[in-house]
Amino acid sequence: MKSGILAAAAAAVVFGAVTGAQAGPTLDAVKGRGFVQCGVNAGLPGFGNPDSSGNWTGLDVDYCRAVAVALFNDPNKVKFTPLSAQQRFPAIQSGEVDLLSRNTTVTLTRDTSVGLNFAPVTYYDGQGFMVNKKLGVKSAKELNGATVCVQAGTTTELNLADYFRTNNMSYNPVVIESNDEVNAAYFAGRCDVLTTDASGLAGTRAGVAPVPDDHLILPEIISKEPLAPAVRHGDDQWFDVVKWTVYATIQAEEMGITSKNVDEFVNSKNPEIQRILGTSPGMGKALGLDEKWAYNIIKTMGNYGEIFERNVGTKTPLKLERGLNALWTNGGLQYAMPIR
Amino acid sequence: MASETRDTARPSAPGGVSFSLSDPTVRAVFYQVLVVGIVIAVGWFLIHNTLDNLSKRSIATGFGFLDREASFGIGESLIDYHPRDSYGRAFLVGVLNTLKVSIIGVVLATVLGTLIGVARLSSNWLIAKLASTYVEIVRNIPPLLQLFFWYALVSESMPPVRQALNPIPGVFLSQRGLFVPVPSADPVWGTMGFALAIAVIAVIFLRRWAKARQERTGQPFPVGSASLGLLIGLPLIAYIAGGAPTALDVPKLQGFNFVGGVVITPEFFAILVGLVVYTAAFIAEVVRSGILAVNWGQTEAARALGIDSGKTLRLVVLPQALRVIVPPLTSQYLNLTKNSSLALAIGYPDLVSIANTTLNQTGQAIEGVAMIMGTYLVISLGISIFMNWYNKRIALVER
Repeated sequence: MKSGILAAAAAAVVFGAVTGAQAGPTLDAVKGRGFVQCGVNAGLPGFGNPDSSGNWTGLDVDYCRAVAVALFNDPNKVKFTPLSAQQRFPAIQSGEVDLLSRNTTVTLTRDTSVGLNFAPVTYYDGQGFMVNKKLGVKSAKELNGATVCVQAGTTTELNLADYFRTNNMSYNPVVIESNDEVNAAYFAGRCDVLTTDASGLAGTRAGVAPVPDDHLILPEIISKEPLAPAVRHGDDQWFDVVKWTVYATIQAEEMGITSKNVDEFVNSKNPEIQRILGTSPGMGKALGLDEKWAYNIIKTMGNYGEIFERNVGTKTPLKLERGLNALWTNGGLQYAMPIR
Repeated sequence: MASETRDTARPSAPGGVSFSLSDPTVRAVFYQVLVVGIVIAVGWFLIHNTLDNLSKRSIATGFGFLDREASFGIGESLIDYHPRDSYGRAFLVGVLNTLKVSIIGVVLATVLGTLIGVARLSSNWLIAKLASTYVEIVRNIPPLLQLFFWYALVSESMPPVRQALNPIPGVFLSQRGLFVPVPSADPVWGTMGFALAIAVIAVIFLRRWAKARQERTGQPFPVGSASLGLLIGLPLIAYIAGGAPTALDVPKLQGFNFVGGVVITPEFFAILVGLVVYTAAFIAEVVRSGILAVNWGQTEAARALGIDSGKTLRLVVLPQALRVIVPPLTSQYLNLTKNSSLALAIGYPDLVSIANTTLNQTGQAIEGVAMIMGTYLVISLGISIFMNWYNKRIALVER
């Protein structure tokens, strides 16, 4: 069933008939095709999730759209491919998608032997645990012997094993492939604990739990989960486009440029702002894009802060604070490299 | 040699074509060489292209990852497993879990399928119709949906672990599965296994001797009851001689879960019941067709000779029915084994589930998929070889 997609992707690597066989020209291929193929989460509220009318929404989804805007000045020139955790790497390796924006943790193995290049981190996350309040558990240290629901093929599965080993506790994993089925098993009571990235737990509690207040996210964050968009190894030009798309949104927030006020900045005398908005040319050409690439991204998608608040911020059901995802100037980790 | 020189000499005369495709021998060789050449070329292209693509994208290759630490947990295992064990051992756990569900599934599906197949032929209207309804409903619903159904049935209908049902002392039924007590570890179980093995060997020799005696003297020997006596008696003697231990390892609620005893998890239950119920519907049809294939005249002839109905079934009808049943039955066994890969969807850690996790952590999809395919091929060929051997044994020997 699902492994059919894996097998198909593996077959694509074997036959090499897809775009993935080319080493460099993803950018040209995407431009020629007229849309970006983007792998996203099939159902994680706040990150990748179709809304009630079938439009894809979420922070990860917005970065797919931002890349499409940088290329075509149109956020709808994206073909979204929902991928399970297990399908995502074969899909990007085989060229089925150009860009993987699916709450994927950056790790050394994935950067090397999986053959990915990671763009800047769009969400600094960490793995947490959610339990039913009825259990009376207040800390992850009390979870010895618990049954834990976890999605197959994630770093979560490994962190879970590491955490229980480090703390000399035992656990019973129930490993299921699809996110929906994992959540269903947890809410039915098959497991004591649900574990995934803390942001994902917040999304699940807000969007899936029958009664959100029955569930408690434990205070322990047991891992670093920097989530970032990824592209295939070996195509530096395409990697640059994705990388600087993310930086442009962060830089815009740092400069106070938003989707609403961006037009006021067009006539700015500040050379830094002139470079990013394309009034003094050069940056777009260097990337192989239109000079208005960053202007279009900010105008259409907003800056990093706007994207964050719109999808996962305190006014959304997820109610996530900026935390580590605040700008470096506000004590967070979001820091854009200079656009010059 | 002489003819060869003549062959090469002859065509050099008028046409000058020494290599005519209208010559059947030349043609046969030519096309065979061509086909083999194409197969080799395509194979070489695929391997070369794959390695080329992989190295271009700096994706690791080879099976070295099997020795690396797996660092992920597995829910249930027949052998000791810990996250610090290697990917290779994790894969072995998956293979054993697949074999476990396949072997138990094949046995139960055969029993259930036979019962339903016979029931469809029953002269009792209600039983026949119930059996037909079962077959028609079950075999027309995709197996994956049936698995979801069974899994949801357990997780939604069973009570939470702290309010576990306790139908018999020591037995607990909850969302976490069925916990049953097992006898505590004792050397006597090993001795009993040994005694059973001796009994099996003794039975084989007893049957040979009884058959030889009947052919020689015409005297039948009660092989059935004697075998049963051996199979039960020898282990029982070993048990009593070993001090007849009665200590039980009873499951107790401790912390989050039951500890001790043996557990049948909801995942194992769902995959087993799902596969058995689904495959039994097909086996029922196979059995029905096999029985119907034996001419009624065979039974009448046996009766006319004064053979009782039990022996008629065993010695006349079944040998002829099995001849029809076994080949399609083999396909059903293979289907059941392969369908067990659907376990991934409901969280039973079968070999596909574990290989998928492995290939996801290591990024080595081609090796992972190749291992999955290789393992299924070995299991399936094993079943085929056994069933073909059995088929040959029961085949009608024409005299």
